Amino acid sequence: MSAESTTLPGGRPAAPSAERPTQLAGGAAGVETLTIAKAINRALADELAADPKTLLMGEDIGSLGGVYRVTEGLKATYGADRVVDSPLAESGIIGTSIGLALRGYRPVAEIQFDGFVFPGFNQITTQLAKLRARTRGTATVPVTIRIPYGGGIGSIEHHSESPEALFAHTPGLRIITPSNAQDAYWMTRQGIQSQDPVIIFEPKRRYWLKGQVDLAADGHGGLGAFQAQVVRTGTDATIAAYGPLVPVALAAANAAAEDGRSIEVVDLRSLSPIDFDTLQASLEKTGRMVIAHEAPTFGGLGGEIAARLTERSFLHLEAPIIRVGGFHLPYPPSRVEEQYLPDLDRILDAVDRTFAY
Amino acid sequence: MNEPQPLTTATELPDGAVRLLDADGTLHQDTRFTPYLAGLDEAALQRMYRLMATERRVDSEGTSLQRQGQLALWVPAIGQEGAQAGALTALHDSDWIFPTYREHLFALGRGVTPGQLFELFRGAAHAGWTAEDHRLQPYTLVLAAQTLHATGYAWGIQRDQAGWDADRLRREGQIALACFGDGASSEGDVHESMVFAASYNLPVVFFCQNNQWAISVPASTQTRVPLAQRAAGYGFEGITVDGNDPLAMYAVTAWAAEQARTGAGPVLVEAHTFRVGAHTTADDPTKYRTREEEAAWAGVDPMARLEKYLRATGAAGTDPDEFFADVAAEGERLAAQSREAVLAMTGDAIAPLDAVFDTVYAEPHPLVAEEKAWHRAWQAGFADAAEALEAPDATDGGRRA
Repeated sequence: MSAESTTLPGGRPAAPSAERPTQLAGGAAGVETLTIAKAINRALADELAADPKTLLMGEDIGSLGGVYRVTEGLKATYGADRVVDSPLAESGIIGTSIGLALRGYRPVAEIQFDGFVFPGFNQITTQLAKLRARTRGTATVPVTIRIPYGGGIGSIEHHSESPEALFAHTPGLRIITPSNAQDAYWMTRQGIQSQDPVIIFEPKRRYWLKGQVDLAADGHGGLGAFQAQVVRTGTDATIAAYGPLVPVALAAANAAAEDGRSIEVVDLRSLSPIDFDTLQASLEKTGRMVIAHEAPTFGGLGGEIAARLTERSFLHLEAPIIRVGGFHLPYPPSRVEEQYLPDLDRILDAVDRTFAY
Repeated sequence: MNEPQPLTTATELPDGAVRLLDADGTLHQDTRFTPYLAGLDEAALQRMYRLMATERRVDSEGTSLQRQGQLALWVPAIGQEGAQAGALTALHDSDWIFPTYREHLFALGRGVTPGQLFELFRGAAHAGWTAEDHRLQPYTLVLAAQTLHATGYAWGIQRDQAGWDADRLRREGQIALACFGDGASSEGDVHESMVFAASYNLPVVFFCQNNQWAISVPASTQTRVPLAQRAAGYGFEGITVDGNDPLAMYAVTAWAAEQARTGAGPVLVEAHTFRVGAHTTADDPTKYRTREEEAAWAGVDPMARLEKYLRATGAAGTDPDEFFADVAAEGERLAAQSREAVLAMTGDAIAPLDAVFDTVYAEPHPLVAEEKAWHRAWQAGFADAAEALEAPDATDGGRRA
C-alpha cells in the first residue's frame, strides 16, 4: 500500500474516530477548503497585509510564483518590493534577511528545495541562530525561512531531503512543520509572527493535500505553532510523526484498528522546541511508541525523542520506543525511493514489534 | 606548481591608487578627491590623530594583557589606524558599521570603552557593546558573513528612505559600511553581497582593508588583480587607496559614502595597508614574512605621516609638542583603564551561565527553561554543600568543620 493512497478523497486524513479537537464543520463562516500550498499562500498574503514590514524573498517567487506556485499572485498584489525575486544565492538570501531583520523588517525567505539550503547553512547556523545570544539578548532577528522538504515526488538529487535534525540541533532556531492545510495556514502565520528565527519545513509531497481551514481571527483554536497535537486518540500504542508522514501514520493506525489495536497518533508539528509533555502524556497512556520520520534514523530526531521519553516515562514503557526512518544513505535515486521512505507497512511492522515484549 | 607572485612589492601601490599625503608629509592635489578634504577642519584632523594614537596604545595593551594571561586572544590592528581613522571620520554618526574583528579604532571612535572592547577577548561576553548605542554591530568572527548583513541592512535603509529627495538623502540619509579584508575577499559571501548590493542599488560602502596577509597567506593568493578592480565586474566603482594615508582614506570614503547616501549605489574602497603585528597573539609572522618587508612598511607608518602633516601645517595647534604630549597621556590613561577593566572582569562581574539561558530566544522556550531550572538547581546543590561545610556543628560546640 503506498503512502499516497492513505488519505481520503478531499485530503482529509482517514481518521474518523479521532479528528483534531479543532475540527470544523464544513461550510461554516470563515472556513474554506484549501490545499496546503494554497493555505500557505493565504497565510503569506495575510501576513503581508497585516504588517508593512513583512516581505518575501527567494528565487523565482515573484512572477513565477515559486517553483511550487506557493507565492502565486502575491507579487501582483503586494509589488516587487515586498515579493522579491532574489539572485540565485542562498547565503545571500539568508544573510540579507538577517540584515533586514536587524533594521526592523520581517523577512520571509524561501529556499527552493531542502537540498539547496546548504549554501545558506553558515548564515543560518553561525549567524541567524546565534545573533541574539551574541548580543546578550539585545538583537531580535525575526527571520522566517520556508523550505519545501521530503521525498516521494519522483525527483532528482537534492530535491527530496529531510535535513531538519541539523537545524533542530542548533540552539537559537525554532523548527516547525505542518502536516495539513489548517496547520499550514496557522503555523505559517504564527511562525512569521514569532520574534525568533523560525524555519518552516513544508511537506512538499502534500502541497496538494486538501483540508478545511478556519480563516477566522481565532481560527487556530488557541493551538500554537510550537505545540504537538493528538490527531487520533487510541489506547494501545502511540505513533509520533510529523510533516509528510502524518497521513501515513494515520493510515497505519486505521489499518491497525482492523486488527483490533487502538493506536494514538501524535503530530509533532514543532521540531524545536519539541512538545515533550504531549508526547509523554500519550506514551504514559499507551505504554508503547513508534516514531516515524523520513530523515535518516541515525542521529535523527526519533533518537532524541526516544531518549528523553525513556528518561521521563521509563516505568510506563511496555516496550522499547522504536524508530522508523530513512536509511543511512544519501537520498537515493527516486526510482527506488519507495523502498527508502518509511511507509505504512514499515510503521505497522514497528507497531507489531512494540507488542512483542 | 608556481606560487602566486605578489602584485606589488612591499609598499608600492597598484596603478591608479589614490594617495594625497606622501610619507614625508607632503600633500598632493587630486582634482577628484582633494575637494573632499574641505570637510576636515583642524579639530577633525586632531581627532583623527588622537584616535590613531590612542587606539595604538590600547592595542599594544591588549597584546600585553594576553601575554599576561588576562585575555584569551588579542587581534592587533597596529598599522591600520590610518585606514580606519580616515574612513570613520568620513562617515556620519548615524551610519552603520558592520565590522570584522579588527576594527578597534572604529569601536573606540564610536564610543565603545576599552573595557567593552576587551570583553570578547577576555571570554567574558561575545560582544561587549550594544549595537544601537554606537551604530556598530558586534564583531563577526566567521568572516564575510557581516558583508551580507550590511547589505541587507542597507536594503532596509533604502526602504525606510524611499521617497526622500536628494537634499534630504544628503543630509539625513544613512549608509552601511561593510568591512572585510583581503583574506575574506575570497569568501562567497563577499561575492553574494556585492551581487545583491549592485542588483538593488543599495546604500552600502564595501570597505576592504587589504593588510597584505590573511594570517600566513599573502594577498596574491587571494587575488591576481587589485581587489578594487573586482567592483567593475559587479557594475560599480572600486578605488584603491593608500591605506596608510589618513587624508586619502578620508577623502575617498567621503566620496564613496556620498555616492551610496545619495542613491548612486554601492562602492568598493580598498585600503592598501599593512598589518604590522601578528594576525593574533597566537600567530608568528616570522614564519612567513621577512624583516625587510616589515621594515619597508615601518617607513610608511600612517601615524608618523599624519604627525608630520599636523606639525607642518600648524593643525596641531600653537604648541604642537603639547598636543602630542597630551595625546600620549590620553593613550596612557586609556591603557590603564583597559587594564583595570580587564582585571575587574572576573567572578560576579561576568554574567553567569544562568543569564545566558535568557538570551537565546526572544520568546519562551520549554527546553531552555527546563535546562535553566536544572542548571540552577545543580549550582544550588554546590552552594548547599559549601554551606553545610561552613555551618557550625552542634556536636562540637559550634566550631567550624
